[in-house]
Amino acid sequence: MASKTKTTLADSVKQLEKIENQFETLQILNEEGEVVNEAAMPDLSDEQLQELMKRMVYTRILDQRSISLNRQGRLGFYAPTAGQEASQLASQFALEKEDFILPGYRDVPQIIWHGLPLYQAFLFSRGHFHGNQIPEGVNVISPQIIIGAQYIQAAGVALGMKKRGAKSVAITYTGDGGSSQGDFYEGINFAGAYKAPAIFIVQNNRFAISTPVEKQTSAKTIAQKAVAAGIPGIQVDGMDPLAVYAAVREARERAVNGEGPTLIETLTYRYGPHTMAGDDPTRYRTADLDNEWEKKDPLVRFRKFLETKGLWNEDMENEVIERAKEEIKDAIKKADEQPKQKVTDLISFMYEEMPNHLEEQYEIYKEKESK
Amino acid sequence: MAQMTMIQAITDALRTELRNDPNVLVFGEDVGVNGGVFRATEGLQKEFSEDRVFDTPLAESGIGGLAIGLALQGYRPVPEIQFFGFVYEVMDAISGQMARMRYRSGGRYSSPVTIRSPFGGGVHTPEMHADSLEGLMAQQPGLKVVIPSTPYDAKGLLISAIRDNDPVIFLEHMKLYRSFRQEVPEEEYTIPLGKAEVKREGKDLTIVTYGAMVHESLKAAEELEKEGHSVEVIDLRTVMPFDIETIVASIEKTGRAIVVQEAQKQAGMASQIVAEINDRAILNLEAPVLRVAAPDTVFPFSQAETVWLPNYKDVIETAKKVLTF
Repeated sequence: MASKTKTTLADSVKQLEKIENQFETLQILNEEGEVVNEAAMPDLSDEQLQELMKRMVYTRILDQRSISLNRQGRLGFYAPTAGQEASQLASQFALEKEDFILPGYRDVPQIIWHGLPLYQAFLFSRGHFHGNQIPEGVNVISPQIIIGAQYIQAAGVALGMKKRGAKSVAITYTGDGGSSQGDFYEGINFAGAYKAPAIFIVQNNRFAISTPVEKQTSAKTIAQKAVAAGIPGIQVDGMDPLAVYAAVREARERAVNGEGPTLIETLTYRYGPHTMAGDDPTRYRTADLDNEWEKKDPLVRFRKFLETKGLWNEDMENEVIERAKEEIKDAIKKADEQPKQKVTDLISFMYEEMPNHLEEQYEIYKEKESK
Repeated sequence: MAQMTMIQAITDALRTELRNDPNVLVFGEDVGVNGGVFRATEGLQKEFSEDRVFDTPLAESGIGGLAIGLALQGYRPVPEIQFFGFVYEVMDAISGQMARMRYRSGGRYSSPVTIRSPFGGGVHTPEMHADSLEGLMAQQPGLKVVIPSTPYDAKGLLISAIRDNDPVIFLEHMKLYRSFRQEVPEEEYTIPLGKAEVKREGKDLTIVTYGAMVHESLKAAEELEKEGHSVEVIDLRTVMPFDIETIVASIEKTGRAIVVQEAQKQAGMASQIVAEINDRAILNLEAPVLRVAAPDTVFPFSQAETVWLPNYKDVIETAKKVLTF
């Protein structure tokens, strides 16, 4: 009997290896900007390729300016995004306007490019309700702070779309650490059980604050966690805008055709700290690792790719940089001009109809505010 | 009019709203073809299809997230949590998320969700089925918490809860599901949330209570009447926000009050109610406001329920302390 048990376990180990080997990294552009997988090349026009580059450059500048504005005390909570441009923006670029984004706290760029005005993104950072008053017709919700919550909500949004017969998807993002949460698993499993049109992205930047991904799980990839939900999972080079775009576009196609959700793991890196609230990456990351990932910079490889095709030059890049700086300046100014929040504002957003106890408190604060 | 148990009145309210509003969706563990573990959703999937009344995987947190997401797509979800002791699994989705949706989006989004869930002792359930956790919910700004004690109230309050555009926790006491029948109109009607009802009028003492304790209090009031004490019994019906005006008006008449709950003394709603009475009616009080509540232990092993749960005798005892203070 004992030897029989041993044999079964040995088979299981082989089976695990076999499963893990199925999750190869999809790459289209290598670090030199060369196309290494012509077959997977997404169908993008020259203008679309340029637009994607513009957004990535713009967002890199937005990150640099946001860090600086945060240091000056002109922004509040900020989670740096540099390094993740391909992962964040090429995935958003693959969406349509009617798709609904449920971002995590680092995913402000996606909702900006989906239609959230920049000054409102800055108000979100500062902690002002107007930052979260998403304009009508912009299908996003404000960044989720509870890691994993956006996943179960995405399953619900996607099921709602399916029930309405809409040809759209719910897309949501978490990080490598987030894949350890129960809500991560429940979210992909619910979407799978209902064959709901959801795209679940895990941006694996190797660290959850100071904890390396190896301490989150002994699974070789995060993409393979899709197996537990019975849905397709794919690992992509998250520093490669074309691979990210292609994977999301395909997942979207499957979803709107009623084939259910997909889990996409993007292998990426954040060049900056976890957040601007005192995190010091030198405590847990080596310079060697930083250097290794800087070589993989999505802007570098995409720039080379476009330059080779004659679609990009320094002037174009500088124009984007200048425009970004200008618009950021205007947005901060507009954020500064926003009226200060009052307790009566906050009370009025609690319920549609104010209950008695809040009505009473509303009167008290109205009186205080009138002095 | 029809004679209905509370569970029948609840099914009737769900059917009414499923008919009235195509956005109403009923879902949870075993609420579909099975009709719910207490038959609360019996026949609904058959009448309204699996698109409107459907089962979920066994995961409370996922059910909460599903409700939030469906609400973001314009639906009016009425999810069920099989027993309210399981709410800990879905605390974030309820308190951390849907309760805050309107506020955190500055009014852009809302969560018109009604969470139905059974609770309450006296029927010898296993662990974590019967706990009274309404106090946890009531402490979260953004929620409303409704606890009916009669079939008539259950139907009118549930219809109001479903129509409310903010999240409502609708707690159904298991002991009251089939303990008695009452005349319930077959047509639709609503009972406003946040409004108490005087279930019995009296002059000497006010009892403020809710849930199964309404019936214990009414029984106690009858006994006290025999001894010459006239007792008023207020059923809060909505415990958050609670109807302090009705309570104060009663105390202005009686000058004495007790608050009766099934939850442990450190839990439930009683302390909040006593504090509000002290704030607003101290000069009307002839005696301190005392509480009837369960001991501050974990909910009892089922065989110990009878000695642990508050009952009409405890109500009488505490009422007398206040009446003779």
